[in-house]
Amino acid sequence: MKSVNVKNLTITLGEGSKAVTILPNVSFSVEPGECFGLVGESGSGKSTILRCMSLLFKQWEGEIRLGNQSVRDMPLIERCRTLQMVFQDPYGSLHPRQSVRTVLSEPLRIHKLDRQKERMERAITEVGLPVEFLDRYPHQLSGGQRQRVAIARALILEPSILLLDEPTSALDVSVQAEILNLLADLRARKGFTYLMVSHDLAVVDYMCDRFAVMQAGDIVEILSRDMLEGNKATHPYARQLIDASLEYDSAI
Amino acid sequence: MTTQATKLAVPGPLLALGNILRFLMKSPTSAFGLLVISVLIGVAVFAPWIAPFGPYAQDLNNTLAAPGGAHLFGTDELGRDIFSRLVYGTRITLTIISLVSIVVGPIGIFVGTTAGYLGGKYDTIMMRITDIFLSFPSLILSLAFVAALGPSLNNAIIAIALTSWPPIARLARAETLTFRSADYVAAARLQGASTSRIVLKSIVPMCLPSVLIRLTLNMATVILTAAGLGFLGLGAQPPVPEWGAMIAMGRRYMIDSWWLVTFPGLAILLVGLAFNLLGDGLRDALDPKQMNRR
Repeated sequence: MKSVNVKNLTITLGEGSKAVTILPNVSFSVEPGECFGLVGESGSGKSTILRCMSLLFKQWEGEIRLGNQSVRDMPLIERCRTLQMVFQDPYGSLHPRQSVRTVLSEPLRIHKLDRQKERMERAITEVGLPVEFLDRYPHQLSGGQRQRVAIARALILEPSILLLDEPTSALDVSVQAEILNLLADLRARKGFTYLMVSHDLAVVDYMCDRFAVMQAGDIVEILSRDMLEGNKATHPYARQLIDASLEYDSAI
Repeated sequence: MTTQATKLAVPGPLLALGNILRFLMKSPTSAFGLLVISVLIGVAVFAPWIAPFGPYAQDLNNTLAAPGGAHLFGTDELGRDIFSRLVYGTRITLTIISLVSIVVGPIGIFVGTTAGYLGGKYDTIMMRITDIFLSFPSLILSLAFVAALGPSLNNAIIAIALTSWPPIARLARAETLTFRSADYVAAARLQGASTSRIVLKSIVPMCLPSVLIRLTLNMATVILTAAGLGFLGLGAQPPVPEWGAMIAMGRRYMIDSWWLVTFPGLAILLVGLAFNLLGDGLRDALDPKQMNRR
């Protein structure tokens, strides 16, 4: 288990007059084993934070620490085994021409791990799929199954921190519940630290211990789960967001 | 469920090849292309058994004989059987096509995918080089190369290869640009995959279908360029039975003996047409939307 500390994270994309500051100055910290949510409207910079943390974006300033080490100082191999990410769209995150076996064996080969067959079988059973699925291609899997494979791919390197970029938003409601249960179950068994981006406050309520409300790249307020009920947020935007979500839920 | 299990037991690439062939046979035009090319390959392999005479066997008592009798397509100015020369010529044509494709495909893919994936200065330099090659008419550029290297079949192949990789590189780069920001590439990066591994394992397989189509369509142009070089006397040298060179030699007797240029010309036309039709068919067969129907 590792904690996550983000301090003064700033990122500007583009150059010259077209430069846009996506994250002006973001700081937060996540306890080891905690599930931390990031909510906010589209374009508020939630996914950007995850992409900065995983160094998919490299041009940021500030400091991100995993445990007691800065991400930038971590050797690549160690970083990969500490931090993995599950993407939003399971239709885009699996290579269309690679079988599940290839998807799962690639990271093992890159990291030169032993007992590859055993590890692959364990990863695929952990996400609730039969071992025979190793020989399937993505187009032979449903959306939920694909997302399970994507989770298995993230798990196979045994990371301690999982970044979840709206892992359920591209899925059907019933499948969403399955995937969320799987993620909650995995955390209970293995003690991951989760960082979860979501639009859906109901998902955040179910999964996260604490969450940050974001607006235009800024964290306006960090709330704990029990403050959702009765809307105990103090910042006007956070109140508005939670109100809207509660109204929407009661309207359904 | 059981049928699915047996289906999965067949190796993936073989299954895909079978599907593509089946798809090609469905449309008459691409089936025709496939047939002509299969015949071409068959003739090239079994040339000594098919050809009634040797390609160099002269019969000076029977020069410029009209088609018919023992000589199906007639004889040329040295009494050589044109049909036999055409049959042996398939070997040369196939050699040119396959050598050019083997050289051009990997070079084009390498330049295109690396330029597209790495971007930045490398991309600019590579693409400007491609631009320079593209801005010459390929026949003229081949002429320049052959003039510099000296006329021979091998030099013609090198010259054609040098002029036909840029379109492939362009295509591979354009394809790569659409895939480089895909989530599966990001996932591969997060797993610690090196740049060469990502290009090789994630990007090249996605570019292959369109490159394959382009290569097939390119083969028609390659045949024409090779024949053109042969005709200009800069490709295969007489007495090699290359089709373009045969036309060049027959040109002097064209008015009286039409068969000297007609049959090699028809052969070039037929094979060029066949590769074009096959390329068209492949475009349909390898289209992602068609792939999803599997």
